Amino acid sequence: MNVVLSAEDISRALTRISHEILERNHGSTNVAILGIPTRGAHLALRVAEIMAKIEGTNIPCGTLDITLHRDDLRLRPPRAIMPTLIPQSGIEGRDVVLIDDVLFSGRTIRSALDALGEVGRPKTVQLAVLVDRGHRELPIKADFVGKNLPSSLDQSVRVSLTEIDGRDEVVIESRKQP
Amino acid sequence: MSSKYILKSVVLPNGDKRDIAIEDGFISAVSQNIAPTSHVVIDTKGSRVLPGLVDLHTHLREPGREDAETVLTGSRAGAKGGFTALSAMANTSPVADTAGVVEQVYRLGQDAGYLDVFPIGAVTKGLVGESLSEIGAMADSIARVRIFSDDGNCVFDPLLMRRALEYVKKFGGVIAQHAQDPRLTVGSQMNEGEISARLGLKGWPAVAEEAIIARDVLLADHVKSRLHICHVTTAGGVEIIRWAKQRGIDVTAEVTPHHLLLTDELTTSYDPIFKVNPPLRTSDDVHALREALAEGVIDIVATDHAPHPVESKECEWQEASFGMLGLETALSIVQKTMVETQLMTWEQVADRMSLAPARIGGYKNQGQEIAVGSAANLVVIDPSKNWQVDRDLTMSKATNTPYHGLTLPGVITHTFYEGRATVIDSVVQKIGDV
Amino acid sequence: MKHLLSIADLNLQEAIGILDTATELSRINDGQIKKLPTLRGRTVVNLFAEDSTRTRISFEAAAKRLSADVINFSAKGSSISKGESLKDTAMTLQAMGADAVVIRHSASGAAQRLADNQWMSGAVINAGDGTHEHPSQALLDAFTIRKHLGKGSSDLQGLHVAIVGDILHSRVARSNVLLLALLGAKVTLVAPPTLLPIGIKKWPCAVSYDFDSVLPYVDAVMMLRVQQERMTELFFPNAREYSRYYGLNAERMRTLKPAALIMHPGPMNRGLEISAEVADSARSVITEQVSNGVSVRMAILYVLLAGSSLDVGSF
Ligand SMILES: [Zn+2]
Repeated sequence: MNVVLSAEDISRALTRISHEILERNHGSTNVAILGIPTRGAHLALRVAEIMAKIEGTNIPCGTLDITLHRDDLRLRPPRAIMPTLIPQSGIEGRDVVLIDDVLFSGRTIRSALDALGEVGRPKTVQLAVLVDRGHRELPIKADFVGKNLPSSLDQSVRVSLTEIDGRDEVVIESRKQP
Repeated sequence: MSSKYILKSVVLPNGDKRDIAIEDGFISAVSQNIAPTSHVVIDTKGSRVLPGLVDLHTHLREPGREDAETVLTGSRAGAKGGFTALSAMANTSPVADTAGVVEQVYRLGQDAGYLDVFPIGAVTKGLVGESLSEIGAMADSIARVRIFSDDGNCVFDPLLMRRALEYVKKFGGVIAQHAQDPRLTVGSQMNEGEISARLGLKGWPAVAEEAIIARDVLLADHVKSRLHICHVTTAGGVEIIRWAKQRGIDVTAEVTPHHLLLTDELTTSYDPIFKVNPPLRTSDDVHALREALAEGVIDIVATDHAPHPVESKECEWQEASFGMLGLETALSIVQKTMVETQLMTWEQVADRMSLAPARIGGYKNQGQEIAVGSAANLVVIDPSKNWQVDRDLTMSKATNTPYHGLTLPGVITHTFYEGRATVIDSVVQKIGDV
Repeated sequence: MKHLLSIADLNLQEAIGILDTATELSRINDGQIKKLPTLRGRTVVNLFAEDSTRTRISFEAAAKRLSADVINFSAKGSSISKGESLKDTAMTLQAMGADAVVIRHSASGAAQRLADNQWMSGAVINAGDGTHEHPSQALLDAFTIRKHLGKGSSDLQGLHVAIVGDILHSRVARSNVLLLALLGAKVTLVAPPTLLPIGIKKWPCAVSYDFDSVLPYVDAVMMLRVQQERMTELFFPNAREYSRYYGLNAERMRTLKPAALIMHPGPMNRGLEISAEVADSARSVITEQVSNGVSVRMAILYVLLAGSSLDVGSF
């Protein structure tokens, strides 16, 4: 087991991502943040909070559950559906930033794009992730990355967040033999 | 096939170990160490012998439903279960309400040759409860019918019941009542109680049975005739019969093996293999029935063997037919529920399953003590061995046994009917040229 | 969970899981989204051996919103009404590759028979079997009550529900008693003694013959349909007398708590168990029950079909 991001590293990465989002979108006026449950939703709140501090204004922030749009439902046990909470201002014509903890195969993001399409038609959709571990199976790439983390397929990347796990940390570990 | 046998070291109902010699259809000797001459010697190694079992309640389905059972297949199932006499219920098609039908069934039994088949005559024409059938003609026929029953239906009209009870006094007959008030059981599916309430199946109240028993013992008392109550299933019914016997009323009663073992809990599977008329009741009822049988308040065990084709059971509960197989498992169930619980001795088993039913039916050469000169109707059972019920191995044409997969005590190794071995080493023999 | 046959098979966690899933789905249903891809490629068969247009339509809408293929097998003109056995029907469905069978049948236990035998391998959803159970109706009733009176809690602790009418023949009552008790609500059944089953003592509820004494204390009152043929079967003298003692009319409605809900699984006999004024009143959530039905049935299909079939019971 190997700690690749400490609490301080995570905090710094999120601050940097917040700045990058504001820079890319020339401020916050048209931005809406949507986190993908569970951990992405908490990261989204943190990013929105940082941006709000910088900008001195509220940033619309919500969650987008993708469970019903997954293409791997038959492969795993039934999952509980998490709330999808779209900000009051909606996403129509907005620059929507999706936030997730780990970018891996890209299938979660594909499902998220499908789910988003059901909610409305944003001007742009951007993607921010805390960790990009590679091994994409779809033509998807992140716009904002906390840390690029080259990993092998027999490793697993585990993100812990204070809100759920009691502390902030990203570790990489060898998968246990089945 | 020899007709001379010696059963070596066999345990009599009273517990004595003896040898039994069988010759020309009769028991020729019962003593220690009989020396064989031209006998086939069967070393029973301490198995038990009982007088051949007598069933007062069998549905043989012939004529009319030969797809479910015939007199021949039912006779083989009976032999396999240790029976030497069966009583064929009247609810065939055509109904056994004339001398012609009962004689036909009687002859089919003789032709099969595995055991005595005594037809039961219908009380009412067509079993519909409106007018008396030709009771006298059936009694005088070669079948010598003595038991009359509308089984499947209750003789509900009290005046008709009274007349029937009176009428059979002429030749010492008996009316065997299927006690079920039809108005209280319209569409009924199972015992009415906690489980029927939960399952949403229409209830069959105990009172529907008990009310008829109460009425009929009073009628039998009034006209001083003989009444037999088929398949008693409730603790309340037992109490009424006990009361009637204390009053000196001439009533006898039967209980089925399945009502001694199974309860309405089994209905929760909705598997109609457990659907039977009268229905399975509660464990309180089961215990009351066992005690009553041990005490003699209930006189006999009768199987109510009711074969049905597969499609009658492979369906929804409410669509399914009532009834279950019983002949091949009866003695094992009685051993399990009555002997192994120490409620009854084997001597009492012999009484409840052979002597008493033969007495009630007036069956000649059946239900005799095991003694020199008695007809050689015998069953040998090894109570120390177990067997597993397999519906695919029934001798009966049907497979609707509720005990499939269950391990039961008591393996029947031999059955003798009129001195001939119908079962040897648990295998049913070929009799005659069928 | 492989099948939904009886509320008795659910534990608290599973019941709440279905209600929570339904809550999320109803949020989606309230929005613009008409169709989710979740069950694309799955086949759901509606096997309705007894007429019930409303339940069939509700399940059909639920399955279609999740993109399942739906095949309707209904009573009139189908093989089931021509005496084909349940077994043969099941084997036909198996051959069609049904992933789930939603069965409505007049025989109690028909759904369980279908699930217990090896006739077919799909999930079985009981959409009402005889006078036994109607689990999806109970779930949508609980969903409706929780939405209005749940105050954000996941169960129904502290609430008191009266179920009124023909309990004896009601599959809705059986499922509701079990589910409401599981969710922590107090239940009182109200009916004339003739319409209560013998053996009700073990049910997790109270029983009363007196409607008026119960009404002021309940948070929801669920009226059951009373069928006309019960009169010829001697359960009560006539409609007028039934109505007088057990009908919910405007006068009785006034004795209810201000926030109490009025429910009915439908179809209603206006003027018999419920007056038109009550059915159409502001407290009545009867039409809402119908729309909640779709979300709840989507949740049931999701829980039974969306996961891998190897997994049992976890949520
Ligand atoms: Zn009978």
